Order: sequence, then structure tokens, then C-alpha cells
Amino acid sequence: MKPFERVVAEHGAAVLRVCRAVVGPVDADDAWSETFLAALRAYPALPADANVEAWLVTIAHRKALDLLRARARRPESVADVPEIPSVHQEPEDAAAELRRAVAGLPTKQRQAVAYHYLIGLPHAEVAEILGGTTDAARRAAADGISSLRRSLAAEREEARP
Amino acid sequence: MTDSSGSIGSGGTARAGVAGAQEDVVDERAGAELLAPLADQEQGADLARLHGRLEREAAEGGLLDIAYRVVDSPIGPLLLAATDQGLLRVAFGVEGHDAVLATLAARVSPRILRSPARTEAVARQLEEYFAGRRRSFDVPLDRRLSRGFRRSVQEHLTEIAYGRTESYAEVAAATGNPRAVRAVGSACSTNPLPVVVPCHRVLRSNGSLGGYVGGLEAKHALLALESAA
Repeated sequence: MKPFERVVAEHGAAVLRVCRAVVGPVDADDAWSETFLAALRAYPALPADANVEAWLVTIAHRKALDLLRARARRPESVADVPEIPSVHQEPEDAAAELRRAVAGLPTKQRQAVAYHYLIGLPHAEVAEILGGTTDAARRAAADGISSLRRSLAAEREEARP
Repeated sequence: MTDSSGSIGSGGTARAGVAGAQEDVVDERAGAELLAPLADQEQGADLARLHGRLEREAAEGGLLDIAYRVVDSPIGPLLLAATDQGLLRVAFGVEGHDAVLATLAARVSPRILRSPARTEAVARQLEEYFAGRRRSFDVPLDRRLSRGFRRSVQEHLTEIAYGRTESYAEVAAATGNPRAVRAVGSACSTNPLPVVVPCHRVLRSNGSLGGYVGGLEAKHALLALESAA
């Protein structure tokens, strides 16, 4: 079994991308930290042939759901589509635009898009994480992508002077 | 790219399946390209910050079984690994730090993180030692990697004073087993805590260096350091 440090080094970036896409940048730190802490706790019992990335995404998925539920309970944040707190005042870039579009997706599509297109888990594994069939996972990812395309196009239309 | 519902492979004729599969490949690529601005985002600084938080929370939660760091030294990079009991392992670059960590994962626990906090004291003392300003180490040791005769030999080694040396035969006699000269040699070569537990102070009876886990050059450098101070 690899030292856990290797797990963090190999998968930390992918899990952070997933957390940011699913819960937004504000809660992503908590989601990432809770994921790796829970993973560290369970790690010694992980079967040697386990798919570590899928395992981590499964944990991240549950932690993200907890955070999303907690956020829904906070009255002040019902409408809070996660905006990047703008640290350096750069003009809005493609990533920020895309992030906002992803944040606007329904939860399941957002998850399917993140797990499949952002880090490349096969639809079958995404289905296992989301619950439901492989076809449903594939559909959610595809619907998410078309919806992203539409909202990006609309935004560019609006941005045109 | 008109149909993006992606209902591929479920039913339909074989022909539709082939056409669908091609479309699927296109969709895969297009989807990944669409997400590329997020996938390519630089996160290095954030990951470093999150790593620090994980180190703290893991230690607080009692989940950090082994914390390690690598320090530079005049005899090359040294891996320092510690449990909550004390310093567990010092390893030379020639031992292969990844291999050493893999062994610790198997023998002690895979709950291992790079985390400098726990080895702060020994890192500082090593720096003083290599600068000629320290003659002995004062940190708790976790000796669980050694057992039996090897362990008693290694415990004896800490009694050989700075700047002094003993022969393998003398160490064998001192540990009550004068004929176990070869076993003393292997106890020295398997010392999990070199430098801090000074196996470099053990030489052949004729004064030649014998062996050393960090290489003879390192052994020579340590002896030269101690005789100069």
C-alpha cells in the first residue's frame, strides 16, 4: 500500500477540481479537506486493487452533498450561486465564465459533468457514485454539456456590445 | 453534432450502434474541450495551503501515524520520519526515500504525510550538528523498527561519545556477545536512525571504515566532522 502522501500528490488536484465544480469555490476547501481527512481515516482498510480515484470521488461526492444540504439550510445563501471572490481584479476569463455556467446546472448534471468530463471517470463508475444506471449517468453528463454550451453562447451574446 | 442526448448503445441496430459510437467519441472530445479551462486551471498554491490544513487536522485527529520531511545536509538529503512516539527513521538519499517510505507504509502504517512540524526539533539539531555546534541529539526515538540483538547493539551505539570510535569487536563485547562481531556489523548496517544513532562511530579493528548505510564517503565525512570539532 502506497504512503498516503502519494495519494494526495497524485489525486489532490483532480479532487479539488471536482469539489470546485460541484460545490463552488467557497465551499471547495472544506469539501476537499473533509474528503482527504475521511480518506486518510479509511485508507488502511482500502483493498489493494481499489480504484483510488473513484474511491476519492465517491467520498468527495458525499462530502459535497453534505455541504450543499447545509448551504440550502442557510437562509441567506439560498440564492448564492458561488461567485469567485475576486482577489486579483482581472477581466473575466473563460474559466470564470465557465465556472458560473457550471454552477447554474442542476446538481446531478453538474456532478456527472465533473466526474466524467473534468476528471475522466467512465460513465459506469459515475453511475455507481450517483446511483442509477450507466445510461442515466451518460445522459446527465451529455445534457449538462449541451446546457453549458447554451448558457455560454447566451452569455457571449449578452456580452456583445 | 445535432443530437447531444447521448443515448448511445442502448438498443438500435448494429449500424446505428457504430454511428452512435463515432458520435460518442466526438462528444467525448468536445465535452472535455469545453471543460478545459477548468481542467487546466493552476491550483498549486491552493493545494499547498490545503495540504497544510490536512497536516494539521490529521495530527489533531490522531490520524497522522507517520510525519516526514526531507532536509538538506552536507552528506546529501536526509529523510526524517517520526511517529507520535518519536523519531522513527533517518534515511540517506542512496537508500531511496520513496522505497523507505513504502517500507514504513508496509511495516508501520500507510497513514503517512509529508509534514515538517513533528520533526522540527531534530531538523534543527541536525543543522547544529553539521555546523559543529552540537555533540549529541536530544529527541525522543521510536525504536520499533529494531528488535532483539540488533536493537541492543543500536542502543549501545548512543553511548559511544562524539568524536570517539569503537571497533565492531568492542561493540560485540560491550553488548555481552563478544563472538557476534558479524551480527554487530549487520545491526549497524540496518540501523534505522543513522547519524542520530551514531553507527558511523563503529570501525573495523584495523581502523578501516568497514561499511555504512549512507556510503563510505558519508561515513568518512561524519568522522572528519567530529574529529575536527
